[in-house]
Amino acid sequence: MVSKEIKVINAEGLHMRPASALAAAMGKYGCNVSIEHNQTSVNAKSVMHLMAACIKCGAEIRIVCDGPDEEEALKAAVSMFEAGFGEK
Amino acid sequence: MIKGIPVSQGIGIGRVVLADAGEPVWNPEKAVDPNAEKDRLHHALQRFNEKTEHLAKSIEQAEDASRTSDSSQAEILRGHIAMLADPFLISQMEEQIAGGKCAEDACYAALSMFESIFMQTEDELMRQRAADVRDIRRRMLQILTGTEPAPLGDIPEGSVLVAEEVTPSMLAEVNRKNLSAIAAEKGGNTAHSAILARSMELPAVYSAEGLLRSVKQGDLLVVDGMDGKVIPNPGQTELEHYQTRQKEELERKAQLEIFRNRQTKMADGQKKEVFCNIGTPEEAAAALEKGGEGIGLFRTEFLFTEKSTMPDEETQFQAYKTAAECFAGKPVIVRTLDVGGDKQIPYLHMEKEENPFLGFRAVRFCLKNVQLYETQLRAMIRASAFGNLMIMIPLVTCVEEVRSVKSLVKKIMCQLDGQGIPYNKELKVGIMVETPAACQIADLLAEESDFFSIGTNDLVQYTMAADRGNPKVGYLNRPMHPAVLRSVRHIIACGKKAGIPVGMCGEAAADPLLTPLLLAFGLDEFSVNPSAVLQTRAQIGKWTGEKAEKIAEDVFQMKTAEEVEKYLKSI
Repeated sequence: MVSKEIKVINAEGLHMRPASALAAAMGKYGCNVSIEHNQTSVNAKSVMHLMAACIKCGAEIRIVCDGPDEEEALKAAVSMFEAGFGEK
Repeated sequence: MIKGIPVSQGIGIGRVVLADAGEPVWNPEKAVDPNAEKDRLHHALQRFNEKTEHLAKSIEQAEDASRTSDSSQAEILRGHIAMLADPFLISQMEEQIAGGKCAEDACYAALSMFESIFMQTEDELMRQRAADVRDIRRRMLQILTGTEPAPLGDIPEGSVLVAEEVTPSMLAEVNRKNLSAIAAEKGGNTAHSAILARSMELPAVYSAEGLLRSVKQGDLLVVDGMDGKVIPNPGQTELEHYQTRQKEELERKAQLEIFRNRQTKMADGQKKEVFCNIGTPEEAAAALEKGGEGIGLFRTEFLFTEKSTMPDEETQFQAYKTAAECFAGKPVIVRTLDVGGDKQIPYLHMEKEENPFLGFRAVRFCLKNVQLYETQLRAMIRASAFGNLMIMIPLVTCVEEVRSVKSLVKKIMCQLDGQGIPYNKELKVGIMVETPAACQIADLLAEESDFFSIGTNDLVQYTMAADRGNPKVGYLNRPMHPAVLRSVRHIIACGKKAGIPVGMCGEAAADPLLTPLLLAFGLDEFSVNPSAVLQTRAQIGKWTGEKAEKIAEDVFQMKTAEEVEKYLKSI
């Protein structure tokens, strides 16, 4: 299992567009991916759960990957958050 | 007959096409073979994706054609595809099916679970996603039960589109030449589909409560977009009456076409201007297309009522910039926030007042909520770099208000200078003259303002002390009352004396009976709804200064609104 803490920087937080981008990207990996936020953990392959978690700009979250391709999945997820999902 | 809000002018007669019949019913008890149900589910999911993607594409194409720029509708539809592709959601549906449920039940249960999850979140924006989930659920169930609404692309000629709420996607799908009108239970003037309807010149009435209960597929329906009425299954005489009116209306429109690209001139050659009143930046394109020579009133309230939180400076800036750029150098007069009175915005938490129209509204509210006001002014001033934008202050009653706003403007300009952000250094700040106090001191206000715009709707109600929403005193609410006419004449005279332009942006500006009087008083600019531009330009062209003045002279001998109206109708 690997994980990394990261801060959400895109202004609108994890709304529909970034949530679906993240879920679609994570869906390509075999490992389990979850986002820990506010003492809860959500499945990062589920756009519905990601949206319902109401993760806002500035939120401190932890990305957790567990499975055979966990390193690659974590790297991909981190770079999406760091790029602010291509938003301002 | 059902009353509603006229959102797009004209009269349309045709057969009802129900655009959306709502969530279907199904029989949950039917015997099921889990494998067959799973197949049905996956076929439905695939069909949903294809249909939705197709719809998103056609919206984008329609938007290109109508020059509106709301690609958010297409983006939302693509979001629906992404939501329904959620592997967790699909596994939930499959589990339900494995447990012996039919595909409809499985779909309903899994989506309803997420509906309630979204409803329970603290975040207002996410709570609105519950509506998206309901929309997805309804469309999926329609596919599964084989009750998908008839594709709007193949409606027969002479159809009237009827829905609970008309969406831009419906109008994108429909073939314009087969559609004669639109009617809906919900919605108002600023709905995106209302704006589209106006640019498509499609008669439309919204907020016709009870409409869906009164009509069924194929019924004959009259939509009166002039008076805001919908008449299901009209009798023979009523139908003939509307057919005649429709014909007259179309003829009148055709005759007015010659005024589209003309300058506004009186019969003796004096130059005047016809501007437009708009409520959203998208309408600016329609206003230009209809022949507007500028924007006389850009109401900014929509920016504040459309969202559940305060719009930030950037959002406002983009809206003002869009309108300013659209008119490329022609005047675009933007009114600062006019809240209070009949216009409430929930998140501003304005207190309930005994007399809201005489209370804490418009510029009074803004000057006490400086942060909100500075954000708006800053967005406007920045947008002034992109066209001939002017700022207009509503509900002015004293000189101090004008001075306070102007000093805020100056302060913001200094900040922008410091940051190297461009703006128009000659930016004009004018006022709405719409209170008896402003009328009385119009000479003093003229020395402090760059322009006047007479807001007749409020000026009439305040001058006559008659609530414009109260039908019992409606008989007093008339601009032809001598008290109002004297006020208007006085305001224009004060503006002229100080050498500033005077316009009018209330409903009276488009009233053909009043045109000769307004011309005689010396009004420079008539700001009307985009659909009334050509008609107003044609009216102005009928009068010479001399003739108009003669009529004004006669009118000022009269003592009652009744006499004035009778006389103006007789000429």
